[in-house]
Amino acid sequence: MTDTKTTTRQVNVTSKTSVTVLFAGDSGDGMQLTGTQFANTVAVYGSDLNTFPNFPSEIRAPAGTISGVSGFQMQFGSTAVYTPGAKFDVLIAMNAAALKSNIDKLHHGGIIITDTDGFDAKNLKLSGYGEGNSPLEDGSLQDYTLFEIPVVSLTRAALADTGLSVKNIDRCKNMFILGILYWLYSLPIDTTVKTLQTKFKNKADIAEANIKAVQAGYNFGDETDMFAQFGRFEVGPAAMKKGTYRRVTGNEAAAIGLAAASKKAGLKLFLGSYPITPATEILQALANMKKWGVKTFQAEDEIAGVLSSIGASYGGALAATSTSGPGLALKSEALGLAVIMELPLVVMNVQRGGPSTGLPTKPEQSDLFIAMYGRHGDAPMPVIAAYSPVDCFYAAYEAAKIAVEHMTPVICLTDGYLAFSSEPMLIPSPDSLLEVKPVFAKPRNEGDDPYLPYKRNQLGVREWAVPGTKGLEHRVGGLEKANETGNVSHDPLNHQLMTDLRMEKVARIADCIPLQTIDNGAEKGDLLVLGWGSTYGAIKIAVDRALKAGHSVAHAHLRYLNPFPKNLGEILRNYKKVLIPENNCGQLLLMIRDQFLIEPVAFNKVEGLPFNEMEIEAKITDIVKEL
Amino acid sequence: MTDTLTTLTAKDFTSNQEPKWCAGCGDHAVLQQLKSAMADLNLKTEEVVVVSGIGCSSRLPYYVATYGVHGIHGRALPVASGLKAARPELNVWVATGDGDALSIGGNHYIHTIRRNPDLNVILLNNEIYGLTKGQYSPTSKIGQRTVTSPNGLIDYPINTIALTLGAGGTFVARVTDRDGKFMREIFKRGARHRGTSLIEIYQNCPIFNDNAFSAFTDRERKADTTLYVEHGQPLVFGKESDKGIRLDGFKPVVVNLNDASVSKNDLWIHDEGDFNKANILSRFFDNPNASEDFPPRPFGIFYVEDRFTYEDALTAQVEKAQENGEGTLEALLAGNSTWTIK
Repeated sequence: MTDTKTTTRQVNVTSKTSVTVLFAGDSGDGMQLTGTQFANTVAVYGSDLNTFPNFPSEIRAPAGTISGVSGFQMQFGSTAVYTPGAKFDVLIAMNAAALKSNIDKLHHGGIIITDTDGFDAKNLKLSGYGEGNSPLEDGSLQDYTLFEIPVVSLTRAALADTGLSVKNIDRCKNMFILGILYWLYSLPIDTTVKTLQTKFKNKADIAEANIKAVQAGYNFGDETDMFAQFGRFEVGPAAMKKGTYRRVTGNEAAAIGLAAASKKAGLKLFLGSYPITPATEILQALANMKKWGVKTFQAEDEIAGVLSSIGASYGGALAATSTSGPGLALKSEALGLAVIMELPLVVMNVQRGGPSTGLPTKPEQSDLFIAMYGRHGDAPMPVIAAYSPVDCFYAAYEAAKIAVEHMTPVICLTDGYLAFSSEPMLIPSPDSLLEVKPVFAKPRNEGDDPYLPYKRNQLGVREWAVPGTKGLEHRVGGLEKANETGNVSHDPLNHQLMTDLRMEKVARIADCIPLQTIDNGAEKGDLLVLGWGSTYGAIKIAVDRALKAGHSVAHAHLRYLNPFPKNLGEILRNYKKVLIPENNCGQLLLMIRDQFLIEPVAFNKVEGLPFNEMEIEAKITDIVKEL
Repeated sequence: MTDTLTTLTAKDFTSNQEPKWCAGCGDHAVLQQLKSAMADLNLKTEEVVVVSGIGCSSRLPYYVATYGVHGIHGRALPVASGLKAARPELNVWVATGDGDALSIGGNHYIHTIRRNPDLNVILLNNEIYGLTKGQYSPTSKIGQRTVTSPNGLIDYPINTIALTLGAGGTFVARVTDRDGKFMREIFKRGARHRGTSLIEIYQNCPIFNDNAFSAFTDRERKADTTLYVEHGQPLVFGKESDKGIRLDGFKPVVVNLNDASVSKNDLWIHDEGDFNKANILSRFFDNPNASEDFPPRPFGIFYVEDRFTYEDALTAQVEKAQENGEGTLEALLAGNSTWTIK
C-alpha cells in the first residue's frame, strides 16, 4: 500500500558512531510520539540507544510559548550508549519557541531542521523573539546547518487528496518530519508503517494519512536539492549481545520487575497506589497486567495506597506501592507500621525535584534521606536504587525478593530521568531470574506448637502467616509487641529488645546481598567515583574517558544503600580520594562519611537535570591534577 | 444442619488477651455480641480478619481469636479494602470509632463506602475522644464542654447515617450498645449483606462522655425518643405505641394513633430499599441536641441496596483477562514488541 521508493540519486553518505537528536515542538505537536517512532526504528535496526522525554508539567501550556515546548531527546550509536546525550547533533524545531529554548544545547555546526510555518508573526511573538525578529533571517544561526522546510504546507499538499479535514491533516506534520529524519539517517520507514497500521487499526483513513506523510517526508529528503547536496548519514548497528530485545522505560521496567517477582515467588501482585508524576506509569502498566493476576487499586490518596498494600500483604500478596517524593512523605507513618508489623512491601519511589511540589517532571536524587531516615521512631528499612531504565526491572525485582525473604518493607529508588528514559532490554529467560522464596508459616493442628508471630529464623526473619490458614490466627498492629508472642507489650526491656531485633534484621541483609564491585578501572588507585542511581551513564562515560587519558580513576556504583555491601569500606580505602556526584546536596556523601569516617569530595547538581559526562569528566580532571 | 463440623461458640472467638477497656464501657457489650454473631454465622476463626485503626474501640481485634490487624489512626478502611481486594474469600470486619472513621479517616470513609467492598464496618460512636482523654470528636454535640471546647463546642456534628447514604452506602444501620440481641441480629444481617455494611453504634463512654445517649437508652424516656424501624412495618413509637409517623409529601409528621381520625394504614411503612425515604429518615437528626421532642432517633436498618462489590468486579476483570489462560512469565518478560539481534 505504500510507495517503498528508495533513493536513486548519488548522495554522499557519512558514517557516524553516535548521534544525539532532539525533537522539539509544541506540547500538542506529537513530539513524544515522533521520537518514540524514531527510537523504535533505530532499535530494530540494531543500534544501541537511550531516550529521554523533556516536557512541561502543564498538559497544554499556552501554544507557541517557551513553557509549552515538549522535547524528546535520544542518542543512538554503533557503540554502547549510556545516556540520551549531553548536546544535540540535530535539533528538530517545530516552532520558534522550540528553537529558542534549545539552541544553546546544540553542538556548534549542528543541524537544525525547522518548520518555517512555526515561525510566523504570532509564533515569533509568543516565543519571545518578537515580531519581525526571525532567527531564521537575522543571521544568528549561521554557525549551524539550517534546513528551513514549510512542513505544514508540504503536509497539506501531500495529503490534499485524502479527504481528511485540515485539522486532521495538520496533525500528520510530525510524521512528515519523521520521514525526513529516516531519509537523513538512512533508516527504513517500515517499522513506523507497521506501528501506524496497528495503532490506527480502526481508523484506516488516519493510518493511511500518517503513512503517506512519513513517505512524503522521506521522498522530500530524497528529492530536494538542499538535502541531496548535504548528504546522508549512517549509524551502524551496535555490538549488542545476541538475543531478543524490547524497548522499556524505567517505569515500564519497574512494573514488569514487580510482576515477574510475583510470578517467580508464586504470589499474587497487588499494587495500591495514587497517581503522581513521575511514577504514574508504574500504576498504569500494572493495571494492564491482569492477565498475570495483577490487581491494582487506585486509592483515594497516597496514604490509602500504601495501607491497602499493607492489608494485601497481611493477606499474603506480594504488595507494592508506587509514588514520588510528596507521596513518600505522606506514606511515612504507614511505612513505620509495615516496619513494626514486619510484612513484605515494596515502595517504588520515583524521585523528582523537591521540596514540596518542587519540579514534578524533573529528576533529582534528593529522596535518599527520607528513604533512609524519614520515619518516626527507630524504623530501619532496606533501600536500594536502580541505575538505568533496564535496571529498574532488576532493582524492582530485587526489592521484592528482599521484601519477601526478609519480611520487611523495602524502598526502591529510581527517578524521573530513569522513569521516562528508555533503552533496549535484552529479555531475560525466566530461569535466569533469582529465586524468590516466601517464608510462610505452616498450618497448625491441635497438639502442634502454637504459632508465634514474632519467632525468628537465623536471619532474624519472622514467618508470614496468611489468613485462611488453620491454627495461625494472630493479631498484629502498630503497638509494640512482646518478643515471639506478638502480644501488646509496654515492657521497657522488651521494647529495647524488639528495637534491636528490627535493626539487626535489616543489618543482616548485608549477609545476603552481593559484595560491591568496581564497574570500571583498577581496584586501587587515586580516585574512586562513587555513584548511585541515574548518574551511572554520565559517570561511566566520564571515567572511561579519564582512564583513556591515563588517569588512575575507577567507578563503583551502589545498588544497596541500606545496608551497604559488607566490603564497601574496604573499597573506599583503596583510593586516595572518593568523589561522589549526586543530584542532591550531598546525601550519600553524608551517609558514607557517617559510616566510614572518610571525607569524600562532593559534586552536587540540583538543576532538575541529570549530570552530563562532560561535567563529571571536568571534575575528575580537576581532582586528579591535585593528587 | 448439614454441617458436620463442630459449630463454634462465642467462647471460641475469645482471644487469650484480657480486654483493657474501662468498666462499664459500651465496647464490652459490642465485643460480646460480635463474637456471638460470628458464632451464629458459623464462621471459622481462620477465615475471619478484624481490622481496626486507633482509639479505644480499635483495640477490639486483640480480643477476638481470629486474624486481626490493629493499624494506624484513621486508616482501618484502606487496610481492610486492600486485604479484601487481595483475598475476597476472607470475612473481613472493621472496628472503628467516631474519631478514627469520621475525622482523621474521613476521606477513606467516603471512598470506601462508595467502592462498596464486602466489609462489615462497626463504627463505635461515643461522641468523644476517649483514648486521648476527653477532647471533642466530629460527632460531639453543639455546645458540649470538653477539654478542648471549654466554652462549648461550635463544630457542627457529622450525621453519620446521612453521610453514609450520601457517599453511596449499600447497608446503613444504627443501634445502641444497650441493644444486645438486636445488635447481634443487625451484625448478622450486615455480615450477610454483600457490600460495605455500616453499623453505627451509639456507645457510652462512662469516663469522658457518660450518658451521651441516655435520652435513647434510659428506660423511662427511650420509648418516646427512639424509633425502631423494621422493613414492611409502619413507623410507630411511644410508650404505648401510640405515636406514628406519616409522610406529608416529603415532610414527616407525628400523628397520635389514639386520635380516631388517624389509621395505622396512613403511616409511613418502612422500606429498606427506598433510598429517598432512607434519606428523610437519616435527617431525623437535624436538631442534634433535641432528643425529647420530635423527631425520635431512628434505630435499625435504614437502607439496603444490592450493588456489585469492588472485589467481585476486580476479580471478574482478572478472570476475563485470563479467559484464555493466565499469562506466563515468558510472555510477561517479552511484552508485545520485540526484535532479535543475531
